Amino acid sequence: MSSEEIDHGRRRLLLAATTVVGGIGAAYVATPFILSMDPSAKAKAAGAPVDVDVSKLRPGQMMTVEWRGKPVWVLRRTESMLNAMKERESELRDPGSDELSQQPHYAKNLHRSINPEYMIMVGICTHLGCAPTYRPEMAPADLGQDWKGGFFCPCHGSVYDLAGRVFSGVPAPSNLVVPPYHFVTGTHLLVGVDPETA
Amino acid sequence: MSNKLIDRVFIVRDWVDERFPIIEFWDAHLSKYYAPKNLNFWYYFGSLAVLMLVIQFLSGIFLAMNYKPTAGTAFASVEYIMRDVNWGWLIRYMHSTGASFFFVVIYLHMFRALLYGSYRKPRELLWLFGMVIFAVLMAEAFMGYLLPWGQMSFWGAQVIISLFGAIPYIGDELALWIRGDFVVADATLNRFFAFHVIAFPLLLLGLVLFHMISLHSVGSNNPDGIEIKKHKDENGVPLDGIPFHPYYTLKDTVGAVVFLMIFSAVLFYAPEMGGWFLEKDNFVPADPLKTPEHIAPLWYFTPFYAILRAVPDKFLGVMAMGASIAVLFALPWLDRSPVKSIRQRGWIFKGALATFVVSFVGLAYLGTVAATPTATLFSRIFSVLYFAFFLLMPFYSKFDKTKPVPERVTEK
Repeated sequence: MSSEEIDHGRRRLLLAATTVVGGIGAAYVATPFILSMDPSAKAKAAGAPVDVDVSKLRPGQMMTVEWRGKPVWVLRRTESMLNAMKERESELRDPGSDELSQQPHYAKNLHRSINPEYMIMVGICTHLGCAPTYRPEMAPADLGQDWKGGFFCPCHGSVYDLAGRVFSGVPAPSNLVVPPYHFVTGTHLLVGVDPETA
Repeated sequence: MSNKLIDRVFIVRDWVDERFPIIEFWDAHLSKYYAPKNLNFWYYFGSLAVLMLVIQFLSGIFLAMNYKPTAGTAFASVEYIMRDVNWGWLIRYMHSTGASFFFVVIYLHMFRALLYGSYRKPRELLWLFGMVIFAVLMAEAFMGYLLPWGQMSFWGAQVIISLFGAIPYIGDELALWIRGDFVVADATLNRFFAFHVIAFPLLLLGLVLFHMISLHSVGSNNPDGIEIKKHKDENGVPLDGIPFHPYYTLKDTVGAVVFLMIFSAVLFYAPEMGGWFLEKDNFVPADPLKTPEHIAPLWYFTPFYAILRAVPDKFLGVMAMGASIAVLFALPWLDRSPVKSIRQRGWIFKGALATFVVSFVGLAYLGTVAATPTATLFSRIFSVLYFAFFLLMPFYSKFDKTKPVPERVTEK
């Protein structure tokens, strides 16, 4: 080959090969940086189960515990609360809890809990992550005549019933999440562990 | 004596110039950079945006000397700056008030582009660089607002990061990756600090440089919407142009002085602006278990937030909010009018622009109030008008009756 002839084919091939190899190299180098932003081992370990003693919880009362940094509600429902829940079932988006990712299988029932009396759920609105407020009173002025008790999110107005089931026509797309939990004794529960693995 | 001193200065200048092209740079960008001679009031806001960038950089550097970016210490360190650090309150208020003023300036700067068609050919790329700056600036402001670790910091970040969770399939993983924990936590605060003080400021500087290089290549638009480069004298100098220095450096100095008077008045007498620049709930430490009664972002985000709330569906709401910002990027290609400036446009465009301004301000207000049924109804109306301004632009801008574009600037 004379010095004036340029082999363009060879140039293109080398350029393409260098670009591909360089690109793969860049992707490999980027990986540790990107993955370093995922939850650390410490953050994951903080998801340890939480003991909750519900013996002092009065009927109709709700307590909040912290699990994985999230608020978890334990609500002791009265008989009248459980009955009131049935009255507005037709207005709910997912009354049968058919969206399976929102609760463990043992909480896929109409009251969304192991024991109908105790409702355990993560107190984070499924819309944009605010903490809804507990509104057990009947027909308050701001929530209307039909209100039978439930949860109201002050951020964007999503409403849930006393089993954390979302109403239709509000921004939140799904029911509140029920975390894994089980009862160790009748009034002592462990949040974060399924009954079968315990 | 003084002549000798001046000679020495020139000797130093020439010594440097042989090694670094300062004279060439000075000529190209100041003393021989020709800007249209009819630039009016609206053209202050570009240089004022640079001034705000400098104020934010300076105050930010000094805040970082006393601020501690961990969940356990952040709130207390901000209070420490406010109470115990010498002049700390001033530097902190400079930065927080500065953020709001930055957005005032940027919004007026963008409105100027709408008025005079500054985004039209050949300035499309200039507009795109500007839009990227706007987007980066919003991210910068959002991450900065988390740092004081107050209630609004925490819950605002919780809501905005949850927006990413609305993306199908990868959304939840993505939100988790952004937070670095299952909820907004120490990891989130620490990484936002890194982004806020290092990554995004560097990005902003680079983008501002691109914006300016692009501007100095195509030249400034002007209120008449004409290209001054079309008519040049025998030396190649635009007939309607004047050197940026000293004419516009002096004009912009006057603008900067008046602006700083207003800025200082707010800084000294109403730094929180009654909750508009720093929300009252943010003086309460972050509590991951309790949402404030009413969450609203700061005023400069509320137009987009109101659009988010106007849509009664999580995914579509997030999409609408994203689209309300994305549509601005497409502006150079939506406008089909034969003219650039509002001075030659007909009543249809003027009406559309007025409607847009009313909708934007209306949405900004509605984004700050609770979502009552009336507020939601108005949010929906204004959201539709907001999008109509852009999406119908290819049609109405084409059919609008326009006046002829003058050959030379109309100011004598």
